[in-house]
Amino acid sequence: MNRPLLEVDNLVIEFETDRGTIRAVDGISFCVGASETLGLVGESGCGKSVTALALLGLIPSPPGRVAAGSIRLDGRELTGLSEARMRKVRGKDIAMIFQEPMSALNPVFTIASQMTRVIRRHQGLSRRQARAAAVEMLALTGIAAPLRLIDDYPHQLSGGMRQRVMIAMAMSCEPKLLIADEPTTALDVTTQAQVLEQILALQSSFNTAVILITHDLGVVAETCSRALVMYCGRLAEEGTVESLFAHPRHPYTAGLLESIPALQASRNRHLPTIAGAVPDLAELPPGCLFADRCPSARSLCREEHPRLITSGRDGRVACHFPVQSREAYRAALVQWES
Amino acid sequence: MAVAAGQPLLRVRDLARYFPVTGGIIRRTVGHLKAVDGVSFDLEAGQTLGLVGESGCGKSTLGRTILRLHDPCRGQVVLDGMDITALSGKALKQKRRDMQMIFQDPFASLSPRRTVMQILREPLDIHRIGRREDRRRQVEALLETVGLSPPMASRYPHEFSGGQRQRIGIARALALNPKFIVADEAVSALDVSVQAQILNLITDLQERFGIAFLFITHDLGVVRHVSHRVAVMYLGRIVESAPVDRLFEHPHHPYTRALLSAIPSPEPGRKRIRIILPGEVPSPANPPPGCPFHPRCPEAMDICRTRVPKTLAVDAAGLHQVSCHLHDPDHVPSASGRPPSTENS
Repeated sequence: MNRPLLEVDNLVIEFETDRGTIRAVDGISFCVGASETLGLVGESGCGKSVTALALLGLIPSPPGRVAAGSIRLDGRELTGLSEARMRKVRGKDIAMIFQEPMSALNPVFTIASQMTRVIRRHQGLSRRQARAAAVEMLALTGIAAPLRLIDDYPHQLSGGMRQRVMIAMAMSCEPKLLIADEPTTALDVTTQAQVLEQILALQSSFNTAVILITHDLGVVAETCSRALVMYCGRLAEEGTVESLFAHPRHPYTAGLLESIPALQASRNRHLPTIAGAVPDLAELPPGCLFADRCPSARSLCREEHPRLITSGRDGRVACHFPVQSREAYRAALVQWES
Repeated sequence: MAVAAGQPLLRVRDLARYFPVTGGIIRRTVGHLKAVDGVSFDLEAGQTLGLVGESGCGKSTLGRTILRLHDPCRGQVVLDGMDITALSGKALKQKRRDMQMIFQDPFASLSPRRTVMQILREPLDIHRIGRREDRRRQVEALLETVGLSPPMASRYPHEFSGGQRQRIGIARALALNPKFIVADEAVSALDVSVQAQILNLITDLQERFGIAFLFITHDLGVVRHVSHRVAVMYLGRIVESAPVDRLFEHPHHPYTRALLSAIPSPEPGRKRIRIILPGEVPSPANPPPGCPFHPRCPEAMDICRTRVPKTLAVDAAGLHQVSCHLHDPDHVPSASGRPPSTENS
């Protein structure tokens, strides 16, 4: 592979709070190749959505700011761009789909007016051409009769339909990178399946790279080729989806996988859990941030923050004592709990 | 699954709840939204019935109607041998001690202006449980039961994380020693690692106190984990119900099959045949005639468009029930493209 489409290097995002400055994202680096699907996984508050907002230059400032690091799209530095220039990137080069389509769409404008505004701004088309482009795009997202709903208001549509409109709007300028932040979390499984299918189909026809942010490991396993696992604003582990799920190296990744209720029959009614809770970002302990919840933590883990080391062929993990196998993790967990 | 000796704890028969649909300038009732339309099932003491279905299928309304938070417009709910559909006033209040609810959103279901002590004392005060001066100690014991520490009682809900708040919600439901709890999407708002902790708490409490649960969720993995029996709802009706393993391994109704095939599995590379259902769930205010699922059903026959299917057992023990013409021997489809049903009982 030649140069990646997106390169994020040592990104640091800070927020001013009344309890001092907190680092929501603390030095994460990653790349996304053209037409690749990258999963960004982690629990609430781990910094995954803030990372996505930073890529679009949408960190609310104040109180937030990109304190350090660089974001390069196609070699072009995005941090420090003026708002006017960033506006030309947003929607055109990088587009985003949000979790809640009802709050992402403007309730007082019709679908047509919201879609054509984006298309006209970035592509300089006439009103009529933009409307035709919008209809075509809606049809591509699997909406059977786009002409029937294009003059509707968002509240007249169902959740699945609204999310399709969001996708159509995001893809209308054929962005190089699409960020989907929990795009199916608010949807039912059958609708989720339709919407994911649609995103992947559009991705392959437009050659768009996708960053899929989700807490649902099942969704990641089925749609992504590579994934990043974030914990407390830092990168815990990165790897191909196959290796992450079969051979997780970070105890946090292993713990997440173990705690999903399996769809296969299980005789054990007790689910393995990750003990404790996420530490307070305003009062972070020294050393590894996962140490207090980790079954294999030793004294070194509480003193020294683990560096990202390469793991396997193309993975990385931030752990002093990486997990050897899922079985070994389970054994360590049982021993630790007793 | 233990077959009941005598009566089940909860018996629901032909339960229905319609909401009026109003229209015109004088807001006259122009129709009915059939949120729950003729639901029947039994639930044994100490067992969990998982209730699954998509948003708007009526599963929350069913839970609330059983608890008499909505009044049913038809049918019967018998809890512990007593028909509670006709109860009112004092008798209903007395019976409410036996049936409680855990809500989905631990942020919205706890009053932000009251301490945990006040929140948990309220049910004890209302029902005059124990002596007043003992109630503080009872609350502290409740907190310990759900894995929180007694000194937390003086705090307010906003000082807790989502998982801790859900523990408070559970403690409140447990305060009156209920026999039956409706858990409506009780873990859906939580992250997986916290979700696992709460699911463990719920199964532990069930074993300890023998509480029966109606566990409403859209997450099929969670259902498989907690349930003894599962019922699948579509447009206000139960379309299939069976013991949990049987339902997941031998789903009969085309809707159940599609639902199971749509779950993303956390095993990359495990490619399954996904049944993508066309269209969306029709409005319950204007349900299609015949089988409510026929417009989206990949196997719909002519009869499905006109006649509502009967609920029939498809196994010898009568534990696996399906409402589908495909499984009604009176209407065996002429085309033989279907696999023979796999009976093992």
